[in-house]
Amino acid sequence: MAEKKNDYASVMGRKAEIMLKSVGIDYSKFESGSIAFDYEKMMRETGYSLTEMQEIQYSVNVGNTPILELKNLTALARKVAPKGKGARIFIKDEACNPSGSFKARRAANSVYHAKRLGFKGVLTATSGNYGAAVASQAAIHGLKCIVVQECYDSHGVGQPEIVEKARKCEALGAEVVQLSVGPELFYKFLLLLEETGYFNASLYTPFGIAGVETLGYEISMQFREKYGKDPDVVVCTNAGGGNLTGTKRGLIKAGAKCQVIGASVDLSGLHMASDNAFNKKSFTTGHTGFGMPFSSWPDRSDVPRSAARPLRYMDRYVTIPQGCVFYMTECLATLEGLEKGPAGNTALAAAFSLAQELPEDHMIVVQETEYTGAGKHIQPQLSFAKDNGIKIFFGDPSEEVPGENIILPNNPALIKTKEVDLDHMRRSLIKQALEVYNVKEPTDLDVRFLAEETNRDEAFVREVIKELV
Amino acid sequence: MILTPEERAPQVPDDTKKVPLEMWTKCFLLEDAKIGDEVTVETVTGRRETGKLIEVNPAYNHSFGNFIPELLQIDKQVRQLLEGGE
Repeated sequence: MAEKKNDYASVMGRKAEIMLKSVGIDYSKFESGSIAFDYEKMMRETGYSLTEMQEIQYSVNVGNTPILELKNLTALARKVAPKGKGARIFIKDEACNPSGSFKARRAANSVYHAKRLGFKGVLTATSGNYGAAVASQAAIHGLKCIVVQECYDSHGVGQPEIVEKARKCEALGAEVVQLSVGPELFYKFLLLLEETGYFNASLYTPFGIAGVETLGYEISMQFREKYGKDPDVVVCTNAGGGNLTGTKRGLIKAGAKCQVIGASVDLSGLHMASDNAFNKKSFTTGHTGFGMPFSSWPDRSDVPRSAARPLRYMDRYVTIPQGCVFYMTECLATLEGLEKGPAGNTALAAAFSLAQELPEDHMIVVQETEYTGAGKHIQPQLSFAKDNGIKIFFGDPSEEVPGENIILPNNPALIKTKEVDLDHMRRSLIKQALEVYNVKEPTDLDVRFLAEETNRDEAFVREVIKELV
Repeated sequence: MILTPEERAPQVPDDTKKVPLEMWTKCFLLEDAKIGDEVTVETVTGRRETGKLIEVNPAYNHSFGNFIPELLQIDKQVRQLLEGGE
């Protein structure tokens, strides 16, 4: 057999073959041959049932995290809200999971699955908490683990939060492969999959996403038990969309009808693959740089069909400036005695603003927290921002320019979310679908599929298609 | 070095295309070497990699950063807001 070529184009050309071997899912089974694919069938046949997932997760000490009511933050919101407004604010303390974040749920399923299939190790490409979560689960199951991170700019300067995540992965026994900025991380990732024959513990497989369903389900059960009803609103920090997708699916399985709102830090204007912009970002995830593209086109992930499809599940999508998230993180510490974050605090800052739209007897829950520490805490993040020439001052955060300044609100009344036009994103998804699959006349099945993808009716989809073609 | 600037993917922005794609990993040396040498190493999962030796027993240097006085201002403001007249 001829030796395999390992240049960029050759390796990317072997992507489908490498993926099939390393994920163990034949995605072609769910394809229609056009735009549509059978999402629910994929989730059913390759995922686990809710009960199975609960068993898998609880057996490795994942899940069943507490719900905390933030009475002082609620009181602060009521100080600045219109009279009679200011819903009760809660958080689900996912930092209590073994690896310090909700990602343990996704990893528990993936690593369990890898072990069951007989893989010797797991590989994951992530600069986030998922790496530590996979490392933690791999340690429990006695599997080897490699985490591939985008970590440094071309001067070898690392984002402090990512450096901390590398430390945690190494502490949990994983090999960490760190790369400079660029989408070709995926190229090295494919090479490593080929070299090791390990399982691809992708964030976007059905077992990974379904792992978050237990979170949504728990929220509903815990609220019913303690407060006699479901919360009115659940706020999810949104990046790749898996958090929101899984949470909402779990809520649906519990029969809960709460509104699910996605929230991302506004990093508009910063290019995600830019070497220069890399260390001007004070957030490594939960931001619009992932949230926008992954919501309007989920199939840009490392698997052929992503199980994270947030546009199907979000009722609203809001953005929040960086300064508001930093401010709210400090409020959480100084008023509630809790040092958490950063990730869940994006949703928390959004919830602080959204609570003010709701009556006082309503309940709004932020569905995650994460561990904090050196590198991750707001002090090193703000300090790093200053070192990178970002100006930090008090003012009106709505005037913030990502990459240039971080504006801490002069007053908590200035913490305001901005609404994302979901119909605009839905149009963009439909347009992308027609382009990617090179379809001029979508089938009835395609139209139905796109209606589900965009959480609108078929008339809306047909209207958009008419405008586009 | 994984990809030279010339080998980088077509879709990367111009500033990123000017620099190579580099990789760092912590490993065990298979034979004695000096800083700057081309070496072959074994990783904790038992893989072999080759590259330039840049550091011995690298430390974690991330920290809590420099003091940010603005955080105390936030504390003071929100505590006062909550204490002040119901």
